[in-house]
Amino acid sequence: MDQFLQQTLSGLANGAIYASLALAVVMIYQAIDHFNFAQGEMAMFSTFIAWQLIAWGAPYWVAFVVCLAISFIGGMAIERIIFAPIHDAPALSHVVVFIALTLIFNAMAGFIWEFTIKEFPSPFPAELPFETKLIGPHEVGIVGITLIMLGMIYVFFRFTPIGLAMRAAAASPESARLVGISVKKMLGLGWGLAAAVGAVAGMMIAPVVFLEPNMMLGILLYGFAGAVVGGLTSPGGAVVGGFLMGVLEALAGTYVIGSELKLTFALVVIVAVLLFRPAGLFGRVVVQRV
Amino acid sequence: MALSDAKSVAMRPNPAHTAVLFGIKLPMWNLYLTVIGIAAALVLPFVVEGFTVFQLTQALVYAIAVLGLNLLTGFNGQFSLGHSAFYALGAYTAAIMVERYEVAFYWTILPAGIICFIGGFLFGLPALRLEGLFLALATFALAVATPQLLRYEHFEGFTGGVQGIDLFKPDSPIEFLGGDQWLYFVVLVCGALLVVGAWNLTRGRTGRAIMAIRDNPLAARTMGINTSLYKSVTFGVSGFYTGIAGALGAAVAEFVAPDSFTFFLSVWLLVGMVIGGLGSIPAAIVGGLFILYVPNISEALIGQVFGDDPSAKALIGVAFGCFLIFAVYVMPNGLAGFVRWFVARYSRPGI
Amino acid sequence: MAMLEVRGLEAFYGHTQALHGLDFDLEEGGITTILGANGAGKTTTLRSICGMVSNNGSITFDGEGLIGKATENIVRKGIAHVPEGRGTFVRVTTEENLRLGAFTVKGAKKIADGMERVYTYFPRLKERRNQQAGTLSGGEQQMLAVGRAMMLQPRLMLLDEPSFGLAPLIVKELFEILRTINQEEGVSMLLVEQNATLALGLADHAYLLETGRVVMSGTSDDIASDENVRKSYLGY
Ligand SMILES: Nc1ncnc2c1ncn2[C@@H]1O[C@H](COP(=O)(O)OP(=O)(O)OP(=O)(O)O)[C@@H](O)[C@H]1O
Ligand SMILES: [Mg+2]
Repeated sequence: MDQFLQQTLSGLANGAIYASLALAVVMIYQAIDHFNFAQGEMAMFSTFIAWQLIAWGAPYWVAFVVCLAISFIGGMAIERIIFAPIHDAPALSHVVVFIALTLIFNAMAGFIWEFTIKEFPSPFPAELPFETKLIGPHEVGIVGITLIMLGMIYVFFRFTPIGLAMRAAAASPESARLVGISVKKMLGLGWGLAAAVGAVAGMMIAPVVFLEPNMMLGILLYGFAGAVVGGLTSPGGAVVGGFLMGVLEALAGTYVIGSELKLTFALVVIVAVLLFRPAGLFGRVVVQRV
Repeated sequence: MALSDAKSVAMRPNPAHTAVLFGIKLPMWNLYLTVIGIAAALVLPFVVEGFTVFQLTQALVYAIAVLGLNLLTGFNGQFSLGHSAFYALGAYTAAIMVERYEVAFYWTILPAGIICFIGGFLFGLPALRLEGLFLALATFALAVATPQLLRYEHFEGFTGGVQGIDLFKPDSPIEFLGGDQWLYFVVLVCGALLVVGAWNLTRGRTGRAIMAIRDNPLAARTMGINTSLYKSVTFGVSGFYTGIAGALGAAVAEFVAPDSFTFFLSVWLLVGMVIGGLGSIPAAIVGGLFILYVPNISEALIGQVFGDDPSAKALIGVAFGCFLIFAVYVMPNGLAGFVRWFVARYSRPGI
Repeated sequence: MAMLEVRGLEAFYGHTQALHGLDFDLEEGGITTILGANGAGKTTTLRSICGMVSNNGSITFDGEGLIGKATENIVRKGIAHVPEGRGTFVRVTTEENLRLGAFTVKGAKKIADGMERVYTYFPRLKERRNQQAGTLSGGEQQMLAVGRAMMLQPRLMLLDEPSFGLAPLIVKELFEILRTINQEEGVSMLLVEQNATLALGLADHAYLLETGRVVMSGTSDDIASDENVRKSYLGY
């Protein structure tokens, strides 16, 4: 029983990371109908930036905030410089460009910071204020930070005019323009936010998996799985899906498949959900236009 | 699906300027290129040094894999980021047959292809319900999961786990050919057969059906084309090509291991396809050469600028990525499209 | 100088030309209607004003050229467009639709007042304020579209077949409301309608469009009494 609880809790901690990435993926998907295959590498690159800032002597939370700002601006720049010109190009062009970005970020990180693994600090105290063997302080911290971030994003989209405008621009761009919303700006904002959310995920997971250019590939796969499970049209669903994937991963890893087939597990989940319940748990069925 | 409208650049052959080769109608300039290409392919291994022969062989192997991917994406309009998995399946099939069951290498090539055909067909079946992006996502997952699966300890007796499997390239039965040269010709013959096969597949009724599905799935269905069958068979054929490439690649490298078949192998193949040109068979050769030589050349250049720093090699990835974006922006039909455009523009009689 | 001046307007969908040199004026404070058969180019004209089709020629609003400007910037000059097909934001609530309509308006008080005004004109919308807009009936969505346009506090409203799909009684009501908005709030209107009788009843000026060209113009009364118009558009 203890093991079960322990696995579930640590699954929730990883799940928080997957939830963040799933949210980032869904935000981009809703805005431009594409999967950002580079989301993981962007997060990894952001994390390296934070690492560099810390290595230069910045206090953790300063590095954290600066990294978020840089990621936000970087995300906006990617949208404006790279994706805006090919907005109407066929899907394959987009896939190719996402893959190109993956490659570029991966290689850039390798070039600047080398492919050796690096330790990334955890900002949380070494001990919890209460006695427990079930969960470690960093795991509690991950879940806490993620929940705070998700809450802020929820409030932003739900209750602010800009958040509302972003939703409108993503769902019906033409009507949005007719009420004076600049869809271009909203797209840029969306990319910036997604990049920042990804950066938080990267900084939270880096102390666990160590920092290196290839660290995010498998994690992104779980992020995708979370997004697909929750429903690609539902940001809230994606978050739930992410947490769910974290718990499933931990439990399946402990009781069913062992730790060595985790990626295969994600593959099976993705294919199965896409086949049998393409809208996910919380999404709407998307009618395919031909 | 062509990145942009391929039809607009395709040249309409002028009957006075066409020739027939293997039952295939070609414009004259194309015939010249083909003859020069074949001659060069036959002579090259005798004039260049051993290591270059080895590289050329590897480039041909990549070309075959790119061709397989191109059949799927360029001709049929389905995406795959998972072809590293089929390449790996082919490579492991060959290696396991050679090392565990002592089958002669030549007898492993076709089985590798067939297993990958089945694998592709089976993956293609569910993929039928996955349009475009979702297929890209599913195949992405496949590519990311593959190395871990190959490393899996319970398959270790088969796959050799993390260590992988060593194998030897086949000996040359002909006295005046070295091992490298012999393997080069083996790959060349396989490649030639596959090219002719692809050519025949993409002309004619089948080819028209495959491309109709790419251009307008709904219309294809109303025309009475069994789109599901064609799509999963195309996936199978694509797997077949890539699996054969994998088997040949295993012999060239004399080694298979999980880390040779990461997601990034899929990325290289995609790069080769996009740079070469979608929906073009000769483009696959360009793509294969590109995948092999551009990193080598860039590595040399980088070596000169940055010295022997191993992390500097990562810049090759940056260069590749930039190439890809560049291709999408200014060369949406790849080099092949560029050549077609160029020829159509400047070779019209009287100009 | 007229509030809106259109000269030599041409519009294109790819290679097909939909407008072939349109000239017309719209006086401040008035209601002008554009009549024409299906496919005459009425919608295209409105979309051209908002920069939603590729076009050339000249369109000036208060002396300022609009051609080449982005839709959202044209809208910010005070031009609200009730589009063909209503343009509802289907996934958010009725009230959020109205809030979106006020995206360019600064000040919470102003927005709240605007919303109250819309609700007085369309009490039905108030009843449905928290309902997802996509689930509103066609007529309700049409009201919502007009309400959303009002929220912008526009100086000019472009209305593309506002009566489409509405029951006759509701249409009458809607046109009364439009008249009130025009007279009491001084909003100028450019109205496109299939129902020529209604449109001519509301508008003071009218233009008749045929295959992308203005073939007749004048006061509503002149147009309404024209023999040909009566036969082809008014049906008596
Ligand atoms: N998206 C489009 N692509 C191509 N042609 C179009 C497009 N939209 C309109 N057209 C063409 O432009 C012409 C004018 O269309 P428009 O929609 O302006 O007509 P309309 O007067 O509004 O007709 P209706 O009364 O039916 O709404 C028509 O011939 C139409 O076929
Ligand atoms: Mg119309």
